[in-house]
Amino acid sequence: MGTFESREGGGAAIALDDIEISILRSLAVQLLELIGPGEPEPAEDADPLAVLFASDGPTEPPSDPALARLFPDAYGAGPGAQDDLGNGLAGGLPGPEAQELRARSAEFRRFTENDLRTRKREDALAVVHSLNGLTPAGDGAAVLELTGELPLRWLGALNDLRLTIAARLEITEDDEGARLFRLPDDDPRKPMVMAYLWLGGLQESLIETL
Amino acid sequence: MGQVSVAPIEIERTESAEETSAVPEPDVPWVTLVHNDPVNLMSYVTYVFQAYFGYPKDKANRLMLDVHHKGRAVVSSGTREEMERDVQAMHGYGLWATLSQDRG
Repeated sequence: MGTFESREGGGAAIALDDIEISILRSLAVQLLELIGPGEPEPAEDADPLAVLFASDGPTEPPSDPALARLFPDAYGAGPGAQDDLGNGLAGGLPGPEAQELRARSAEFRRFTENDLRTRKREDALAVVHSLNGLTPAGDGAAVLELTGELPLRWLGALNDLRLTIAARLEITEDDEGARLFRLPDDDPRKPMVMAYLWLGGLQESLIETL
Repeated sequence: MGQVSVAPIEIERTESAEETSAVPEPDVPWVTLVHNDPVNLMSYVTYVFQAYFGYPKDKANRLMLDVHHKGRAVVSSGTREEMERDVQAMHGYGLWATLSQDRG
């Protein structure tokens, strides 16, 4: 399996075979589906005030664990600080203070989450588009060249993919990656673990080209 | 900073003032905290601190190690609005960040 290398004249390049291309594309499309569609463009004659309010994002954290990781609360104690019911990052703090943190997180989310979703969607879309633009040689392999803003878009999408897969695999401790690496071949999680480790290698090599 | 505050001569402590006294002073700086997670690569976290904050490599690397070993690190400080901007940027990069008021 190839890794990213610095490209002469700037950017990064990697040789991908047809299976790798298809896995990457499929993962990026799944990420797009997870993030969801963007806000529809408002009609031209729409009430400007209504448009303003329509652009408000959600106030509650997503219930899906992967989305909750991609769009975390801005106020609170951070990861691992959950109450006994496993909810509320402000858990563990006294009532009124926790309430205040939740209210501020909700307000922050309302004004930022849509923009954040747009950015992550555009990164994943850039991955799909650059893979679609590849022209494989006779053996199905192709060289992907990333220039301009594409290396950073790929960097973001690879990271979002790894965060998403880690949420699905419930990787919550630093040493869990190593434990998953030793899974028997017939474990149903094995393909996802292999993808996770492969994406990590891709991301690491891409960072080195920056 | 550096402003002279005009203190009221008489402070009437009403019950409601008592209740809101837990609200931190507005001029106490806010901080952006980045939390450790088992997924983000160490090289990536260092890269983000360099790329977004413009920190030199050794400072970015030291902050990354703080996050990794201590569970979290203060990566920037300023007004609440500035810290919300930094937290939003960190979330954009996929780092888990929160802001809070620095109470020393």
